Amino acid sequence: MGPFLLRRIVNYLVLITIATCLGYLLAAASLNPREHFAQRQPPPPAAVVDRTLDALNLNDKTPLPERFGHWAGGVLTGDLGRTIDDSPVSAEMGRRVGVTVRLVVIGTATGALAGVALGFVSAIRQYRPSDHAVTFLSFLVLSTPVFLLAVLLKIGAVKVNQAAGTTLFPYTNETTPGLSGGWLHHLTDRAQHLVVPTLSLMLGQAALFSRYQRSAMLDVLGADYIRTARATGMRRGPALVKHGLRTALIPMATLFAYQMGLLLTGVTFTEKIFGWHGMGEWFVDSINRADVNAVAAMVLFTAVLVLIAGLASDLAHALLDPRVRV
Amino acid sequence: MAAPETDFVVAEEDTAIPPAEPVALSRGRIVLRRFRRRRLAVAGLVILLFMFALAFIGPHLNSWGYKDKDYENFLTGPSATHWFGTTQIGSDVYAQTLRGLQKSLVIGLLAAVLSTGVAGVVGATAGYFGGWADRVLMWCVDLLLVLPSFLILAITSPLFHGRTWLLFVILLAAFNWMVTARMVRGLARSLREREFVTAAEVMGVHPLRIITRHLLPNMASLLIIDATLNVGGTIIAETSLSYFGFGVQPPDVSLGTIIADGTDSAMSFPWLFYPAGLMLILTVMAVAFIGDGLRDAMDDAAGTASGSGAGAGS
Repeated sequence: MGPFLLRRIVNYLVLITIATCLGYLLAAASLNPREHFAQRQPPPPAAVVDRTLDALNLNDKTPLPERFGHWAGGVLTGDLGRTIDDSPVSAEMGRRVGVTVRLVVIGTATGALAGVALGFVSAIRQYRPSDHAVTFLSFLVLSTPVFLLAVLLKIGAVKVNQAAGTTLFPYTNETTPGLSGGWLHHLTDRAQHLVVPTLSLMLGQAALFSRYQRSAMLDVLGADYIRTARATGMRRGPALVKHGLRTALIPMATLFAYQMGLLLTGVTFTEKIFGWHGMGEWFVDSINRADVNAVAAMVLFTAVLVLIAGLASDLAHALLDPRVRV
Repeated sequence: MAAPETDFVVAEEDTAIPPAEPVALSRGRIVLRRFRRRRLAVAGLVILLFMFALAFIGPHLNSWGYKDKDYENFLTGPSATHWFGTTQIGSDVYAQTLRGLQKSLVIGLLAAVLSTGVAGVVGATAGYFGGWADRVLMWCVDLLLVLPSFLILAITSPLFHGRTWLLFVILLAAFNWMVTARMVRGLARSLREREFVTAAEVMGVHPLRIITRHLLPNMASLLIIDATLNVGGTIIAETSLSYFGFGVQPPDVSLGTIIADGTDSAMSFPWLFYPAGLMLILTVMAVAFIGDGLRDAMDDAAGTASGSGAGAGS
């Protein structure tokens, strides 16, 4: 188990490094910070712009390899550079990472669990009305891009709030600004704010997992070992869960790593639409501001999260399938 | 009453002939017959054809163009002159939505076909030759796993500002082929061991010819299914990027930009938002149903495809 995980970690570290470098190079090559300054009113003199760009390591007159070397040297010592507004990237990132991680972790966990449960139920009740309903709904959700889903959920929240007469599901910001009261009050406030944004991530996740879980479970249902388990006198429910579900969960572990990138894409929309000031929102704003260093930070963040998801899926794989532990 | 009855008998005799004389149905016929039995898939095909008709014929049914502005009607609801109402600046929502649909459909279709084509060639090459070509491909796929294509496309979006939208299509395809290539590679590796490939090799057929004449035609069903499902995926990718302004650039419109413009006023002016949203969901869903129906209809090859897809992550 140890050497297996170690091998994976080394592999992931190499991938993170390459991905982040690639992200920086792409951003530096395609974004144009000079234009950002030129658009200011009144336009600053060229010499000032040059000096500012030089200070931020964003000057397009410096050759790309040199800028890259400067940036990479900084990253190695833990310095992610400065944003285009001349504040440290790390500080801004520190503020925002927590927001995104909260959203991602809760969305992933609830979505995957709900999807597995739905897939399990619709597989053992194949071709019943419940199966058809789950299949149709998951198709519907999978056909709805996250931004559309988020906006529809927002409209739904407004309708619910109107019907309830109070703000049952607030849909902007992470907390109510200027809220007073005890910690319990704060906690409920946060939980209320989480509901709608989490749903927008969770639904897609659940739909995807339910599709895969259903087909994996159907493959397992006819297996000999299930029949053997039943023949030993085990009842259907326990046999399906203990012998069936465990085997059918193995491909889900792989899927878990695969969809992390997808989920992080979704987070961008969720944050932007629900006004959460996380990494995703920062990424979109940074591209529009041609803020190369901030964009590279988002790429790094994404790569690290995907690595964690990959490791978690390797771990789950090893726990579920003894053959992997060598 | 007599005439229809005799007709009926004749018809019955007609249909009774094929079983008496067992003609092997062509594969296309079998697939078509299986496909027609899937109600959802047929419904999907009808919806998709309707969307295409709407996108290309629809704009001619109304006198407003997508760039026209009606300076007498700002933010008016659906009416006889403006079927889906007008926007804040007096554009006709019907014309804009159909133009967006047209753009999204064309971009989705082109990028999907292009991406599947690249995936087929690259995957088959890697699977057939193995060795370093194979390793490089696996690295690309792993890299894509770490770096979501949305991020890459968003970062590179300034490169195609002000250029032709075909560049956008190429970029969409360029960051979409990797996962399919992995499936194709798995299939190519197993096909490589088959007798007809060995026979071709012994006869000295050029490797490239083996790939194009023997490997790729044998995965046609996988590639067709994949291209179909890719259409949905690329439409979602395109609209998502356009939503943030990273895709189709004004003055041109796509369903993504229309939805983005309509988002803020979706509550008070629903006509700005719902037509485009509905068309987007319907289109992607129709494509998904068609893909699913095709997968079932071409069952024999789909089994291997989904099998290698599920195991592709380890």
